[in-house]
Amino acid sequence: MGSGVIGFEKAHTEKKDRMLSRVADSLYWMSRYLERAENTVRQLDVTMSLILDTGGPNVETRWERMMAALGKPGGMPWCGSLEPMVRKLIFDPVDPLSVTYCVNAARENARQVREEISTEQWQRLNRLYHHIHSPHAQSQYSSSVNDMLATIIDGIYLFKGTTDTTMIHGQGWQFIRLGRYLERAYATATLLEVYQPELFPQGAKESAAHLYLEFVGLLRSCTSFEAYCQVYTADLSPDRVLEFLLLNRDFPHAIRYCVDGARDSIQGIQHTGGRRAPDELNSSIGKLHAMLVYTNIHEILAGDAASFLHTIREQCLRIHELIYRYYVHYSIQSALAV
Amino acid sequence: MSASHPVELEPLIGDYPLDQAYDEMRVPSGELRTHYRSMAENLATLPPGDLQRRKQAADLAFLTQGITFTVYGREEGTERIFPYDLLPRLVTAQEWDRIERGLTQRITALNLFLRDVYSDAKILNDRVIPRELVYSCKHYRRQMRGLQVPRNVYIAVVGTDLLRLNNGEFVVLEDNLRVPSGVSYMLTNRRVMKRTFPLLFQSYGVRPIEHYPQVLLSTLRSLAPEGRPEPNIVLLTPGVFNSAYFEHTYLARQMGVDLVEGRDLVTHDNVVYMRTTDGLKRVDVIYRRVDDDFSDPLVFRADSALGCAGLFNAYRAGNVTLANAFGTGLADDKAVYAYVPRMIHYYLNEDPILPNVETFLLSEEKDRKHALANLDKLVVKAVGESGGYGMLIGPQSTARQREEFARQIEANPRNYIAQPTLDFSRAPCLIDGRLEPRHVDLRPYILFGDKVNIVPGGLTRVALERGSLVVNSSQGGGSKDTWVLE
Repeated sequence: MGSGVIGFEKAHTEKKDRMLSRVADSLYWMSRYLERAENTVRQLDVTMSLILDTGGPNVETRWERMMAALGKPGGMPWCGSLEPMVRKLIFDPVDPLSVTYCVNAARENARQVREEISTEQWQRLNRLYHHIHSPHAQSQYSSSVNDMLATIIDGIYLFKGTTDTTMIHGQGWQFIRLGRYLERAYATATLLEVYQPELFPQGAKESAAHLYLEFVGLLRSCTSFEAYCQVYTADLSPDRVLEFLLLNRDFPHAIRYCVDGARDSIQGIQHTGGRRAPDELNSSIGKLHAMLVYTNIHEILAGDAASFLHTIREQCLRIHELIYRYYVHYSIQSALAV
Repeated sequence: MSASHPVELEPLIGDYPLDQAYDEMRVPSGELRTHYRSMAENLATLPPGDLQRRKQAADLAFLTQGITFTVYGREEGTERIFPYDLLPRLVTAQEWDRIERGLTQRITALNLFLRDVYSDAKILNDRVIPRELVYSCKHYRRQMRGLQVPRNVYIAVVGTDLLRLNNGEFVVLEDNLRVPSGVSYMLTNRRVMKRTFPLLFQSYGVRPIEHYPQVLLSTLRSLAPEGRPEPNIVLLTPGVFNSAYFEHTYLARQMGVDLVEGRDLVTHDNVVYMRTTDGLKRVDVIYRRVDDDFSDPLVFRADSALGCAGLFNAYRAGNVTLANAFGTGLADDKAVYAYVPRMIHYYLNEDPILPNVETFLLSEEKDRKHALANLDKLVVKAVGESGGYGMLIGPQSTARQREEFARQIEANPRNYIAQPTLDFSRAPCLIDGRLEPRHVDLRPYILFGDKVNIVPGGLTRVALERGSLVVNSSQGGGSKDTWVLE
């Protein structure tokens, strides 16, 4: 063929070992928003099924508690009837609490870094986005809310699977993972904090029978009922439930697991070209990790469980802030000094 | 209509109309041009419905490769594929040779003109081009006066629009010297076409264009500031809402360079940096897809949020290369265009290989009188516009539109030029399973680094509406692959 084709006279093949801060930011938030959508869907699903059972708190109380567990107490004030509330929580495009809002935000973040993610990822996310905006989703909602929620969760799972199988496990992937685990750790801690006064009061050992369904609901909110049963059998006791959701190191929704994952990602970012994390960041994630590794559940329950959970949340926020201060919104002066 | 083609071609091109416009496929007496013969015969042997099937397969290929644009304005962004035509436009080796030499000559002269105007302005002192024409151009950037640009290259990336007239000659309609776009469609058209007509493609011996991103990269590298042997090259995009955003992501990915936005860049001590997770990284060459006006709020439009404050000073200090330079729009001003043949004489002492279209400058009284009297026959264009905007096509206009234009011309004659309505060439397109002629132009892409490089071909734009003369994608135009034959 020949003419015009330029030769490979010099190999400019230095490996790219950097990533734009804006790109890291978009990937991180894409991931966080999807995780948030997933969490909202699951909590909504569980809350709606708990409402079916009589005996527990009334609908309004449950709704308010779910709002608190989603991190926005009073975020969508109860209007007296369930249906419009559920519709709003799924479809409202402007309320940051809603599933649609989170999916839109995830897609918008992805769109801005279209060249950084794989085509398969983009198509998956697009499909989810188009589904939630389609007339089909509306009719599915009218006939069975549970089916509709299951479809959304499926879409999110498929996206995560595609992410892990089609993307280079480099820095971008690490930021995606970091976003996922920080969001999840924070959300689980928030959920436990909301349930703590009722389900895990200080010094509690045995659960009252009427709380059985509440415990099941709590576990299902974290997709962990079956996993719990595998580890502890179906005997639900407060200390075991809390131990499982807080300290289990093998279950992906347990806070300990998420913190391990976030710590791996921070190390991964450094190994793939990001700067060495500052001592402050390493010590923050290290402290959080140590809290979960070197404390046992009896100490937590004997002490102040509420403040323990609160500390986890604070640490997550602190880690987020440090990542931003160091990798994304750093000051020019500090960067030039290096 | 002659029946001199083999009878089996009848169903395909039986009532393919010919008129005075040059037809790319058939000579005026009706026979097929030699180089189109094998394509037409090949198409005629396909079973019925096969072309439609290939069209659908090609549509799907565009869609799954994400070669789409988003239509805003409706409730949700809807994604559409770009309109294109399935049949390639063929250009013979001789035709291409002339185009290539003509463009090389023209771009060299235009670059010398920019260099001259922004330094000694000899061409103005010698009164070859009127001073006031240059200094009244809205794309003239006085900030560029006396600024030394690397290798004296102002226009590293150019797209020049060519038309073919009734006599078969290619002429230059306009040069795009600011941020020409469309090259991603040239590349993706080719990729899809190779899949759609693999055997035909092979039998024709088509010259390759796939190396364009690589040539672009080495062009940009050759313009790096001195002392930067491993330059960091980036593509600067206005962002996701720009209509060419797909092209920006595509080229960045194909070249393997970072796609940056203005907010990713900072300047310090006249050096441009980009913010990365590994700290600030120096930027050496910027392939700029942001207009002059929006590039640096300190020097150009102060309300722009798309650029990078301090970019111009870094450029002036020679610490970063911009491709293209600022102020290159001066040379694609439609009134300055009229002087390009004179530039070629002046700087190169040669005759232009590719002629211009006859152009009336409405700032000249004689031309203006003529134009105003003949508005119904002429095409009037605003000098600083592109994309088919600000245009009056005389024969297709209403009396009211002509009055409106006449008023605007009287008010600001420097802002307009007029040209005869051109009867430019038509090429066969696949319309409802049959071949029909449609007007086409040709935009080759010229790269200018250490030397001028033109990948053989370019983007053939098609006016997909029957009888339409407007090929711009913003106004109902499409594109087709262009095969330059060995």
